[in-house]
Amino acid sequence: MAKLDEALVSSKLRYPWRASRVLGYGKGMAGGLLFAAAVVVPFFLSNYQVFQLTLAYVYAIALLGLNLLTGYNGQISLGHGAFYAIGAYTAAIMMERWQIPYGWTLPAAGVICLGVGWLFGIPALRLEGLYLALATFTLALAVPQLLKYFEAWTGGVQGIVLMKPEVPWGLPVNQDQWLYFLTLGVLLLAMLLGRNLLHGRVGRAIVAIRDHPVAAATMGIHVPLYKALTFGVSAMYTGVAGALGAIVIQFVAPDSFNVFLSISFLVGIIVGGLASISGAIFGALFIQFVPNYAQDLSKAAPWAIYGVFLILCMYVMPTGIAGFLRRLTRRWQVGGTADRAV
Amino acid sequence: METLLQQLASGLASGGIYASLALALVMIYQATDVVNFAQGEMAMFSTYLAWTLLNAGVPYWAAFVATVVLSFVGGLLIERLIIRPVEDAPILSIVIVCIGLLVILNSLAGWIYSYIIKPFPSPFPPRPLRLGSVVFGTHDLGVIGITLLMLLGLYVFFRFTPLGLAMRAAAQNPVSSRLVGIRVGWMLALGWGLAAVLGAVAGMLVAPVVFLEPNMMSGILIYAFASATLGGFTSPVGAVVGGFLVGITENLVGTYVPLIGTELKLTVALVLIIGVLLVRPSGLFGRATVRRV
Amino acid sequence: MVRRWGGLALVLVLGLAVGVATGAKQYDPGASDTEIKIGNTNPYSGPASSYGTIGRALAAYFKMVNEKGGIHGRKITFISYDDGYSPPKTVEQVRRLVERDQVLLLFNTLGTPTNTAIWEYVNRRKIPHLFVATGATKWGDPEGHPWTMGWQPNYQSEGRIYAKYILQHLPQARIGILYQNDDYGKDYVKGFKDGLGDKAADLIVLEQSYEVTDPTVESQIINLKNSGANVFFNVTIPKFAAQAIRKAAEIGWQPVHFLNSVSNSIEAVLRPAGLDNARGIISAFYLKDPDDPQWQDDPAVQEWRAWMRRYYPEGNIHDVFNVYAYSVAQTLVHVLERCGDTLTRANVMRQAASIKDLTLPMLLPGITINTSPTDFYPIEQLQLGRFDGTKWVLFGEVLAAR
Repeated sequence: MAKLDEALVSSKLRYPWRASRVLGYGKGMAGGLLFAAAVVVPFFLSNYQVFQLTLAYVYAIALLGLNLLTGYNGQISLGHGAFYAIGAYTAAIMMERWQIPYGWTLPAAGVICLGVGWLFGIPALRLEGLYLALATFTLALAVPQLLKYFEAWTGGVQGIVLMKPEVPWGLPVNQDQWLYFLTLGVLLLAMLLGRNLLHGRVGRAIVAIRDHPVAAATMGIHVPLYKALTFGVSAMYTGVAGALGAIVIQFVAPDSFNVFLSISFLVGIIVGGLASISGAIFGALFIQFVPNYAQDLSKAAPWAIYGVFLILCMYVMPTGIAGFLRRLTRRWQVGGTADRAV
Repeated sequence: METLLQQLASGLASGGIYASLALALVMIYQATDVVNFAQGEMAMFSTYLAWTLLNAGVPYWAAFVATVVLSFVGGLLIERLIIRPVEDAPILSIVIVCIGLLVILNSLAGWIYSYIIKPFPSPFPPRPLRLGSVVFGTHDLGVIGITLLMLLGLYVFFRFTPLGLAMRAAAQNPVSSRLVGIRVGWMLALGWGLAAVLGAVAGMLVAPVVFLEPNMMSGILIYAFASATLGGFTSPVGAVVGGFLVGITENLVGTYVPLIGTELKLTVALVLIIGVLLVRPSGLFGRATVRRV
Repeated sequence: MVRRWGGLALVLVLGLAVGVATGAKQYDPGASDTEIKIGNTNPYSGPASSYGTIGRALAAYFKMVNEKGGIHGRKITFISYDDGYSPPKTVEQVRRLVERDQVLLLFNTLGTPTNTAIWEYVNRRKIPHLFVATGATKWGDPEGHPWTMGWQPNYQSEGRIYAKYILQHLPQARIGILYQNDDYGKDYVKGFKDGLGDKAADLIVLEQSYEVTDPTVESQIINLKNSGANVFFNVTIPKFAAQAIRKAAEIGWQPVHFLNSVSNSIEAVLRPAGLDNARGIISAFYLKDPDDPQWQDDPAVQEWRAWMRRYYPEGNIHDVFNVYAYSVAQTLVHVLERCGDTLTRANVMRQAASIKDLTLPMLLPGITINTSPTDFYPIEQLQLGRFDGTKWVLFGEVLAAR
């Protein structure tokens, strides 16, 4: 058990802002360019591709949440599909049963998941590493069953079909583009909030708890409070993503939220890169697009191809895509020898 | 009363199934510190090997032994060829490799053997035992018996044999183990090999009950995780007791909790497990984590 | 919402249909002088991948059609994507088919939740969404969703057939039900209860459900036995059906056993469960089971076998999904042939909604396919059969399943 926690620490993960002090300007420029590209891109892509990117952004928001918990705070969750589902159903029920405009469902989903996550985070405090992972796994298993059980609210196995949101204020974009920009906006906000949270006192406390809980406690950090808080905030991110997902897909059903969703999220943050904000985006792109490529290669056994991709990815980039890029840029900056010094 | 007894018997029978796979999970965790998500699919694949041999006319016990040997080699090879390159990566990266292995094996089995369910023979006589009005399947009793035997074997192996002790040492403290001359790399490979053996036996015990198909183990893996968590991931005894408890609890909840019934029985069983974990965070029989400051 | 679009679309269908009587070649996206593009989604990966064989068999069938010259000289391009039985993925893949690949129509997309997810989209875009691979009842809604059509007899009507049989022949019935806790299981149970009418509450003594992830259903079978039920309505997929049949025999429960048609394959269910244990089971049929000895020398079955060997050798010869795929593909080919040179989406829909007494080689004798602008249920007949230990003995008349 101790090894699991140690492993998280000893994985040479760096806090992105510290490692990139030298690269600050370069990084800012790259970020600006990427942002500009993200804004322009929907006008050059087909609606279908815009929709795919939108989904990837939705996953990125969910992954940011999970990364906060697992990457920065060291609590492993195999159950974030459950929070995603709760967020999605919050949106669906509000829109379909109560005719509430979809814009309001995002904060509502966030608040509800913050609460549920916090509540789940309190008992989870007693659990560590593997046991926490498996306790959260039970959450991922239970939620689809509960969704089927409370049929009057959730529509049971039939799910809920939603209306596609109209473009507001007469903006000169189509519905897919509008959802793209809405999701992009939420994603940027989520990244900004996450960055600020992690930069400050709270962030240092969260990371300190991951790296050395006992030392953190001795320094006066209220460990239970911060852990439960992180759980809540993490669930909030994922819940907002779930609500957005429901709006974009226009349909929710228990089958959309099976255990493979939770496992995909875990795959996403690890392949993308733990404890890295950009890692969430890489991870989201991976879980959104790589299965498609896999099935284009083989209809006979698409999962086999996907599995090979996953394993190769870990061979080449054991600390995820973000970790790999970080190492690459560092080597490029300092001229080859730096890598050995790390 | 009859219902209760019959449900207990059936719960024990499923419990034996969960326990047998949970043992494999505990084995690999003890030996390598990895939670192997691919354990169920490895067991499934081994069972298809056995099925292929049986279909070719090999007698049951010969096929059984051959499958165990092949699985051992297979497990060893998986560690050497697939896990080895990420050995020094963070544990979570190894978990992802295991998930990759899971999807590969699942997909390949479907591709090679199709998804049609296949009957798999049981080595035990087909006639059920009757105690009063309660029926015990002989196969179910056999599963319980073999699981207990595997447990005993594991216990003796890890407690009393030099190899078992070396394996535990290698998993818990690789650096010191290397210093005292344990070949840590091979210990890890052996751990995978042995876990594959336990999984293969579990698969061959499970298949006569649930029928052989590529997704045969995915449901059971979930229950095996629950069992190992409940019993404690560091304790083979805990895994087996956990298996039986999960099997019985689930049946009783499905039968006696009226409003919830069968629709939420898994959920209730899971909530109970979390309840137990809150009292004993490392499972019923697990060792508490001691952290060095 | 549904009503508004539905009405509009219906008007369009009729309007366009009138316009095509001119005789010149007419094409919508996905059709040309040389090609007809057909889109499909199937779970090739994930927990539902046992259905993947349907997509592969469809591709094999269209390969044969193309080798034999295509449809009026046009080759079929069959594009099938993996959705892993996940509704969000289905939405994505269907948009890829419609918007990027520009298919003329969607065909046999698989699964109830997955098809529900794309239902509004395809009807809004007016893409023919033909012969979906699910037995849910909601697909026959020409007014609300004039572009979507089912194919197989729906689950509810099959449930009603069993209920009627029980009311007629088993007045002393005390019924126990085992069903899968999802749309498929609940649809069957709903039809069954509707069929029993007022008597449902009196006759049904216990309902038990299972999740598709459960390892076994043994506990449920024990409870059903102890409830005193003497009639068993078994709504399970093959693996659990086989478990249920075997467990019931093991604990000495011998009810009158009604098995849903999803699981009445001899090789894939009854043999694994033990043919002796399965004796006396009643089920409903619309397709021939190639493993049933009574069809051993049937020319249609032999032709199917030859097709399997030649075009889909990697497929499993015992898998009834391959019979299903073969027959549903034939239905589509029939529709496309009738479209002639007018390969517009409206005409495809018009032809699909005017099939008269179509018989297919692998359908049971006496079962025909009929549709009309107000009837979007192509197959509405079933015949009951009782298993005698080696084969299904069909009895009674071909029943209308409405």
